[in-house]
Amino acid sequence: MAKVSNKKRSGRRKRSAAEQKKQEAPEEEQEVSEEEQELPGADEEVTSEEEEEDGQDERRHQKLLEAISALGGKRKKTLGERSEAATQMSEFTVNSKGEGDRIDLSELIDTAQKTPAVPNKTRKQLKSLKKLKKTIECPLSKQESERIQRDLAFQKAASEVSRWNSIVVQNQRAEQLRFPLDRERSGPKPMERVVTGWKAQTPLEKEIFALLSANMQPIHDPVLTPEEELSLKAMSLEDAKIRRAELQKARALQSYYEAKARRERKIKSKKYHRVQNKAKRKEFLKRFDDMAKTDPAAALEELNKMELVRMQERMSLKHQNSGKWAKSKAVMAKYDEGARKAMQQQLEVNKDLTQKLVTSLNQDEEEEEEQQEEEAELLPECVNDAEKGGEPSNPWMRGKLSEDPAEGPAADPEGAAAPQARAAVEEEEEEEEEEGEEEKLLREFDRRRKQRQSEEAETPAVISLVDDDEDDDDDEGDGEEEKLSEFTNIFRGIVESRQEAASITDDSAQLEGSLQRIRTLQDVELLAEDVSAAEPPPAEPQQPPDGPPAAAPPAEGKSRKRKKGIELKEVLTKEAKVIRVPLAPTVAGDAEGGEETLDQRGLIKEAFAGDDVVSDFLKDKRRQEDAGKPKHVDLTLPGWGEWGGTGLKPSRRKRKRFRIRAAPAPPRKDERLPAVIISEKRNSSLTLHQVNSLPFPFQTHTQFESTVRAPVGRTWNTERTVKTMTKPRVVTQLGAIIPPMDREQLMKQEQSKAGAGTAKPQRHTKA
Amino acid sequence: MNCTETNYSTQSYLSCFLCIYIGKTDPFPGPAPVPVDRVQKFKRKDKIEKPHFKQYKLNDLIVHSEEASELAQKQAARFDLLLPEDAGFLEGDEGEDTCTVSQQDIAEAVDITSATKYFNLKLPQFGPYRVDYSKNGRHLLLGGRRGHVACIDWQSKQLMCEINVMESVNDVKWLHSEAMYAVAQKKWLYIYDSNGIELHCIRKFNDVLRMQFLPYHFLLATASATGFLQYLDVSVGKEVTAICTKTGRLDVMCQNPHNAIIHLGHPNGTVTLWSPNQKEALVKMLCHQGGVRSVAVDKTGTYMVTSGMDKKMKVYDVRSFRPLKSYFLPAGASCLSLSQRGLLSAATADIVQVYRDVWSTPVTKPYMAHRAQGAVWGLHFCPFEDVLGVGHGQGFSSMLIPGAGEPNFDGLDANPFRSTKQRQEWEVKALLEKVQPELISLDPTELGYVDRATLEQRHQDRVQALGFDPLAKEKFVPKFKKKGRSTAGAVERRKKKVAHEDQRDVIRKTVEEKVKMEQAKKAMEKKTAARADQKSALDRFKK
Repeated sequence: MAKVSNKKRSGRRKRSAAEQKKQEAPEEEQEVSEEEQELPGADEEVTSEEEEEDGQDERRHQKLLEAISALGGKRKKTLGERSEAATQMSEFTVNSKGEGDRIDLSELIDTAQKTPAVPNKTRKQLKSLKKLKKTIECPLSKQESERIQRDLAFQKAASEVSRWNSIVVQNQRAEQLRFPLDRERSGPKPMERVVTGWKAQTPLEKEIFALLSANMQPIHDPVLTPEEELSLKAMSLEDAKIRRAELQKARALQSYYEAKARRERKIKSKKYHRVQNKAKRKEFLKRFDDMAKTDPAAALEELNKMELVRMQERMSLKHQNSGKWAKSKAVMAKYDEGARKAMQQQLEVNKDLTQKLVTSLNQDEEEEEEQQEEEAELLPECVNDAEKGGEPSNPWMRGKLSEDPAEGPAADPEGAAAPQARAAVEEEEEEEEEEGEEEKLLREFDRRRKQRQSEEAETPAVISLVDDDEDDDDDEGDGEEEKLSEFTNIFRGIVESRQEAASITDDSAQLEGSLQRIRTLQDVELLAEDVSAAEPPPAEPQQPPDGPPAAAPPAEGKSRKRKKGIELKEVLTKEAKVIRVPLAPTVAGDAEGGEETLDQRGLIKEAFAGDDVVSDFLKDKRRQEDAGKPKHVDLTLPGWGEWGGTGLKPSRRKRKRFRIRAAPAPPRKDERLPAVIISEKRNSSLTLHQVNSLPFPFQTHTQFESTVRAPVGRTWNTERTVKTMTKPRVVTQLGAIIPPMDREQLMKQEQSKAGAGTAKPQRHTKA
Repeated sequence: MNCTETNYSTQSYLSCFLCIYIGKTDPFPGPAPVPVDRVQKFKRKDKIEKPHFKQYKLNDLIVHSEEASELAQKQAARFDLLLPEDAGFLEGDEGEDTCTVSQQDIAEAVDITSATKYFNLKLPQFGPYRVDYSKNGRHLLLGGRRGHVACIDWQSKQLMCEINVMESVNDVKWLHSEAMYAVAQKKWLYIYDSNGIELHCIRKFNDVLRMQFLPYHFLLATASATGFLQYLDVSVGKEVTAICTKTGRLDVMCQNPHNAIIHLGHPNGTVTLWSPNQKEALVKMLCHQGGVRSVAVDKTGTYMVTSGMDKKMKVYDVRSFRPLKSYFLPAGASCLSLSQRGLLSAATADIVQVYRDVWSTPVTKPYMAHRAQGAVWGLHFCPFEDVLGVGHGQGFSSMLIPGAGEPNFDGLDANPFRSTKQRQEWEVKALLEKVQPELISLDPTELGYVDRATLEQRHQDRVQALGFDPLAKEKFVPKFKKKGRSTAGAVERRKKKVAHEDQRDVIRKTVEEKVKMEQAKKAMEKKTAARADQKSALDRFKK
């Protein structure tokens, strides 16, 4: 009984504790707990009474249901139940009505109120208890309460851990981490930094400081002048040299010693080693004697060591002729001199070792040797270090080669003019693209035919050309036109002779028009040549009167507004600056026939020299373009759905219907460049080395490409830049223990954060 | 450099301290500013924007890389101070043309050391000479048409070796260092060492006419009379590729030092660009109406100068393949050579002319001119010197061209004053840093780009393997319904119901949220109003 009640109580306590933490209705809870304290005996009853009400309702409901079911006729057989007497008959003369009924609080209290023995205070309390209708919830189950506890514990731990979040994130994002975290700078510190808040107080001090300040000497912070501090940091050159020499010497000695030891170790002769050992022993003895005089403590130690060795030897069976080897030798000893000797030797060794006098010290010797080796090893590590020096840096590093500043658009008038002209050309081309290719060709042929007709009609070719230009663009000024006709008049004489040549060389009708145009442009070239040359070279065939120097550019602009096919030639025959050379080539005159002898015919020939070149190039280009274009697929089946046979073609409609048009090819790189063929093949050898999938954090190609673009190496950057760019992610101090972060670090960081937060606005206000 | 860096920092440190003692403020606080144009010179990439949404890893990465590149740029610009040498030019007096100044005049005017750089070698016996200077400009290689090959330390005028190969010589070229050179002879290609000992006879390379050496790839590119362009890897001695150009005799050749592309000139007026990775020309440009006589590309890989049989000299922008300038030379130019600082030398017969700024400003007359003793056969500007080597029929002459060479050299790349030890060290390093021939392409930065084509190809492969596109959204196909309910109109209506479902979802959600917010707002208002109305028991004491 007692156990049960204990349990219940503990359960409630748990629950109450939980509720307190949750802070749900803390007042009521308190009340309850007070009552508990006051009425320790009434606990159970109270709860039972509380529980009762629910039970009663249920019971009534049950009864009602039973009554209803009884109305139905069929009477249910009630089962006889075994019950305990204690439930009906109480020893406290209180009995509940009905089976399973529970005691009401009022029933209990009634008696208490009647008895005068009950104090007033208790009565009052009971009354208030009666008024209180609130039922106490039953204690939570063990699982639930544990869950709550776990939950709370987790919350607490999480809040504790989350304090570290900022540090973790910071460290994750940091470019570099340095461990151990709280590192003090090595080297001497100025006094001021060690002792803070010191001031000159005595009159003497004050006087001294006044003097110092008058002479602009450092007073306050660094007692050392900056130069001194710098020199402290860096070792002087002499020192460094001396140290280096020392280290070098040590290193050399070490290597000699090592070499010697190696050589000696390799010697197999037993006799040699015996002699060596003997010599060493002697030496050691000598040394020991000396030591005994100079350093008795060390000698004593040595003596102790020997004693220890002796003891060990006496304990062991090592040299007692009792081992396997010794036994085998013992068998042989009768007949073999060597074996006997060996056994003898072993025994001798034993004797030596166990002798009390310090005479034979085989093992000591070994130790001694080891010690020496150790000493050798103890040479400073820096002996082996590579000399630290500034790595070879590249002072002459240059980025991309500088382009001439004079190259700007403002520098040359022609350069400024060129883009405009180019734009015009591009416009023209765009217009053309809209038209079909066939149309284009047709139009070109038409134009050529017209030109030929005009030539046949013996009208001067140049004039026809001008007309043509007018057809093309009406917006030209009249003045320009006049100028152009002026030039053409000048060259009329040349033109006629040229026509003859044209009739000779003209086999391809296709390029007729272009031929003529080249001629005219050649004229322009010649003109420009004359204009620019104040003193015409002797090679010049004719000396036309000075034309206006501004004439060349408009002519050029006009001819630029031409069709694509011709533009190429235009590019080739582009107005060229004539360069005057102060020295006339002597050999050239003979080799090239001399420019004096170059008559008009020669001129023309020169002009037409490259014509087939141009057409070849155009053909080549067209072939390349065609090869690159995707092909249409024709799926017409002749004879399918209509008559078929030789001479019968499938109908146009059908052909159209069953032709699958391929998607147009992407624009070629050389679309706008008539004189250039750019191969569209992919460089597959390079793709093997390229990145072919976007690395993780990047989202676009440009982001990745841009981060990869800047070089990192020493060839392109200064030393400092390279170092900052390639600094390691984590830096650890050699030999220092790296402890895990503790709470102090956290505090420090928070403080620094707060400090930064407050410091920033201050700075702003100052500024 | 290290030393100067520390100096710089200590200076600022000192100045800072001094200021504190004296009590004045530093009039120039912080590090010294760097001129913007100089910083611009070292610009290596454009800035990129950070992504708008929060992604701290990406953001950090981008920020760090930007910072690093900015630092690198600034530091490089700062250390430009350490390149103190500046190039000058010859300037004529009032009304005097610089091209009329003779070499003799210049040699008399300049100091003795420079004057010794003007000299003539009379070698009339063995015909016109081809010329080549080693990469650091210290050594000169001469190859006479009639078999005379000589290499000279030309500054000290020390003859390293002189041989006659007893065969016609087409071209000579230094390999990576002055220890070896290649000679294209009548039949085969030979390699000699600096003592004139024949090291190799390479039978795979026949009838070579012109050669170019790509120093960072250790490739010797040769153009032969049979139309083959061949690449020899001199570090391992293997032929990398042999390309049949199908364009006939190849006697015009040059390299683009910026991207190691070989330019070939052809008799049909075209210039073709080649890399060892592609069997066909990367680019084919029609430059002249006659045959191309000579080609040269400047050091930055921006400009190409060509001269042709049509007596023209043209300047192209090789990045975009557009013509920039066109000049008419009365007798045409047979040889062209570009100096490190962009001076152009052109030889017409026996006259050597040098031009300044051929690409930026229209030139009407040469900067300098000189008449050689015979017809010019080879032209080469000496690196890091104001010297132009001219090989001609009567031997060799070394001209002084003020402002031709780069005054500041890179001691780790091409050091004219290097010792044997340094050369050996450089050789090892250069071999370790050798660029593989596969990486030669028109755009040298192409390696840094993501290979998008492969990326797409991979996706396609995946689609093929799976049978569907895992990234594609499934298209809604309305179910076929019977009893005439699948008319076109009905189907369309059904489609419309589903159209933009995802957008609708988003909209719906936002609307719901809005409504909720409004309701909450209203409730709050009500509450506050109610609180305002409510009177506590103590309100009665209010006055």
